[in-house]
Amino acid sequence: MSDKPEKFIDENGLRLDGRRVDEIRPMTVEMGVLSRADGSCYLEWGNNKVLAAVYGPRELHPRRLQRPSEALVRYRYNMAAFSVEDRIRPGPSRRSTEISKVSGEAFEPVVMKQFYPGAVIDVFAEVLQADAGTRTAAINAATLALVDAGIPMKGLVASCAVGKVDGQLVLDLNKPEDNYGDADLPIAMTEDGEITLLQMDGNLTADEIAKGIEMARKGCEQIFAIQKEALLSKFGTTDEEELLKEAELQAELATSEDEAEDVEVVSEVVSEVVSEVVSEVALEGEDDELEDEVDEDLELQDEGEAFTDDEVENASDEAEDLFGEDVSEFDINEGTESEGDSSSEPEDAESNEDEGEKNE
Amino acid sequence: MSEAISRLKKDYLFNLALKGQREDGRGFDEVRDLIVETNVIDKAEGSAKVLLGDTQVLVGVKLQVGSPFADSADKGVIITSMELNPIASPNFEAGPPREKAIEMARVVDRGIRESGAIDLNKLCITEGVEVWIVFIDVHVLNDSGNLLDAASIGAIAALMTATLPGEREGRGEDVKLPICEMPVSLSFVDIGGELVIDATNNEESVSDLRLTIVTNQDGSICAMQKSGPGTLSEENFLRSVEKSREIGAQIREEYLLNI
Repeated sequence: MSDKPEKFIDENGLRLDGRRVDEIRPMTVEMGVLSRADGSCYLEWGNNKVLAAVYGPRELHPRRLQRPSEALVRYRYNMAAFSVEDRIRPGPSRRSTEISKVSGEAFEPVVMKQFYPGAVIDVFAEVLQADAGTRTAAINAATLALVDAGIPMKGLVASCAVGKVDGQLVLDLNKPEDNYGDADLPIAMTEDGEITLLQMDGNLTADEIAKGIEMARKGCEQIFAIQKEALLSKFGTTDEEELLKEAELQAELATSEDEAEDVEVVSEVVSEVVSEVVSEVALEGEDDELEDEVDEDLELQDEGEAFTDDEVENASDEAEDLFGEDVSEFDINEGTESEGDSSSEPEDAESNEDEGEKNE
Repeated sequence: MSEAISRLKKDYLFNLALKGQREDGRGFDEVRDLIVETNVIDKAEGSAKVLLGDTQVLVGVKLQVGSPFADSADKGVIITSMELNPIASPNFEAGPPREKAIEMARVVDRGIRESGAIDLNKLCITEGVEVWIVFIDVHVLNDSGNLLDAASIGAIAALMTATLPGEREGRGEDVKLPICEMPVSLSFVDIGGELVIDATNNEESVSDLRLTIVTNQDGSICAMQKSGPGTLSEENFLRSVEKSREIGAQIREEYLLNI
């Protein structure tokens, strides 16, 4: 192992590897690299080489570990014996146990576990070559592997560390900075800036911690950009024509194949509108106001209400009688927030299962 | 079963928190009564019993001569272990430490190690051959919440009373273990968006986030750990850093400086 360098930052403000203090090491990612896994990602960050894979959602054994209302997210951080200078004994260590625990917890807030009760989502992160910052590298790779596996998530997670060398805060420690620096503060964040992993060792003042968090935030933003670029290149496109075509295709699918579903949703709206409108018509007796009224009400509907099949049938019949047109062209998902008046009716008490997570 | 009960408990504790209250009447940044007894086990080179409210933890320090790690040939070695014995809680099972115990032991270790509490250079006997190995063993007797802080306070208190058994090991005279810092660990848990300090076991069981901050005498921070699946806002985090500095100084003054 090399000795402690005399200076970590030169007179030009450049670090040993030529970076500025607020710069992360170059990162490259590649998704879908393992055919057996449901999702995978290979990530290189500086000299770190990390491979993450996701298996699941799948059945969880032993059964006593199953959770009745959500999936279990299990994270395993593992270092290859040859990944570091002095060979490490293969298998779990106390260090890797701790890292696995806190890294898994870093994903809990974003993974929508409620869709897979009783199941497990296994995330395996293998460090093939370690060069400071492996836990953060593993988290960055695991995020993409989760997306690659099609696990519903509220957003991405990015992670990087802030440290202190020569009395200065630096972003994304390299090996000498990690070995001989004064502090290490690994952080993971969601896209809206909530901290999901935070550890620290070394010595920092309260001011330095506050600055460090901001620095880490900037680092995470850079990583989010890299992650999104990777996602876009695998799953998406920025070509406008293609996007337009895709949107049309989606719309077509929505109106043809999923017609039943659409009718159902729209009919909820319509049935309410019908009851309201009917009473108003009875009062005012003016037909031309009816359409306006309907449009307005449609926009006020929330998507989170459900009706029994019978009600849906009736409502949809009523609606077609009343409007004489295909109700499926109304897309309830376009609606704005409910203004509250619609929820006073008793049949609204049931909530739509798909929207369950909003109530948690 | 536990699910139904914990929902009720959760509602109760969350509602209290909304009113700015806690189940035992404490304020959000009030630590339970703390009693630190030292030298409670004669056979150990140093020991401390910590009572934090109803939580009871016994920490023993043993010293042995052994070989150093290759990358720090001239430094002593610290090994911290923690066992969650079934005697301490209906939720604990016998067997080797699992991730919860390992994590806590490592955070206790980090506080002691990173603060520089033990002068490891003075624990070198022959460079690269023989050094003192400091074993810090945390024995949990009763888990009424916040084992981590009880263990950390117990660890530094036990170290402060520890003696290097030079005569027993044939390495010269008995001397005091060289201690040069007094780290204090303080943990907060999230109850409905509020961070409360020194949580009881009930509060811990309904919380999804624990934040531990270890402070030094000069008010700097030497170790931190976020634990649990919850998220932490920057605002709550920075406020906790300030609180842990302030309350850490009080605890150091009141319970450690007189050891």
